[in-house]
Amino acid sequence: MNTGDLHLLTGAYVLHALPPGEHADFERHLPGCPSCSEEVRELAATTGKLASAVAVVPPPVLKQRVMARVAAERQAPPVVPRQSRRGGTRRGRALSRFALAASVAAAATFGSVALWQYQEARDARDAAQRTEGRAADLASVLAAPDAKAVSGGFAKGATGTVVVSRTLDKAAFLASGLPNPPEGKVYQLWFADGGSMRSAGLMDVSGTTGAAVMEGPLDGASGIGITVEPAGGSAQPTSDPLALMTLPA
Amino acid sequence: MKAAVHIGGPASAGPDLQELLGLVARGDQNAFSQVYDAVGGSVLGLVRTVLRDPAQSEEVAQEVLLEIWRSAARYQPSRGSAMTWILTLAHRRAVDRVRSAQAATDRERRAALLERTPAYDEVTEQVDARLEREQVRRCLRALTELQHESVTLAYYRGLTYREVAELLSVPLGTVKTRLRDGLIRLRDCLGVCA
Ligand SMILES: [Zn+2]
Repeated sequence: MNTGDLHLLTGAYVLHALPPGEHADFERHLPGCPSCSEEVRELAATTGKLASAVAVVPPPVLKQRVMARVAAERQAPPVVPRQSRRGGTRRGRALSRFALAASVAAAATFGSVALWQYQEARDARDAAQRTEGRAADLASVLAAPDAKAVSGGFAKGATGTVVVSRTLDKAAFLASGLPNPPEGKVYQLWFADGGSMRSAGLMDVSGTTGAAVMEGPLDGASGIGITVEPAGGSAQPTSDPLALMTLPA
Repeated sequence: MKAAVHIGGPASAGPDLQELLGLVARGDQNAFSQVYDAVGGSVLGLVRTVLRDPAQSEEVAQEVLLEIWRSAARYQPSRGSAMTWILTLAHRRAVDRVRSAQAATDRERRAALLERTPAYDEVTEQVDARLEREQVRRCLRALTELQHESVTLAYYRGLTYREVAELLSVPLGTVKTRLRDGLIRLRDCLGVCA
């Protein structure tokens, strides 16, 4: 097919009306042809109007199903993976700890047995085997059969998830979108026991994601908190918590 | 050429989808819930128009929405608006499904096509959506018969241009051209910016 013909395929291309061979030919042509690129952008936007014209009111159950699955699905890794973590395999890194927590959270929230829950739990156990030390502890909490989770948003778009296993008597905290703490400061986790705060150790944040198994047993803790403290941590919080979350029952 | 009808302007009102997709890419389920509210009806409507079967349509729409969740980080604003990205993905998946089912049901499918059932049956009650639908219909009516048939058979029925040519008994080259100039006329009528 000559180039002159290719320029005429913009319409068929955005309508997905080309057979695979011609589709591939056109996609090879596209990056080098500014006029086709511009036309494809405009005509694709036009087909979007054709879609909007046939919009329906989706049944509410569809959203429920999608949101339940969303809580369990791993996302594609971000386009710019910065620091490589020590010892992590490619596969291990792609499996974000946050997504892992979210999957367990969903498994816990939507209690009925389903295949995907089993798969998610198995993936979490596999992740535990692939990683080491603290990460393995983390995975064991996330993958505990009785793990329950709550998520919440806090300062400036950051979100946190706390996962609790009563049988392991452990909790884990995972944060996403957190900035690195200011110079000379650290993030410290706390169990809230009635009116008092009990230190649950420090949490490393690298590349806006932090995850840690909280030190110490749950005991009577009703919630968890996270504060910014001087390097090394404090015996009692010295700043207002960035987040306070109630533990799942 | 008639005056353009502008539908909601280049950037539609409501939450900024591109911004929301950025949050979705970082795992924000609340942002995804808003994305769902903004696009769910169009995604399901489009998939159902192409597939016809309600149960299969919900299944495919669900897969499309989950794919948006999973691959939000891959959205490239330079390629077009977030809405276009989402609806292009939805159309691709619907077409893939209708073609995978095609071998088995080809004959029935062609029979159904020839009935020329209207492409739009069940529609949203929202006023702005209804207005938009009317404008699209008006602009579709402004196409030539052959442009109109070619574009709607390809888009709403998921036919390849070769199938459109067979169905309408016109040469392949003619269909390719009509798909392009039909969409160009629609673009101008609707006042679509990329
Ligand atoms: Zn070209």
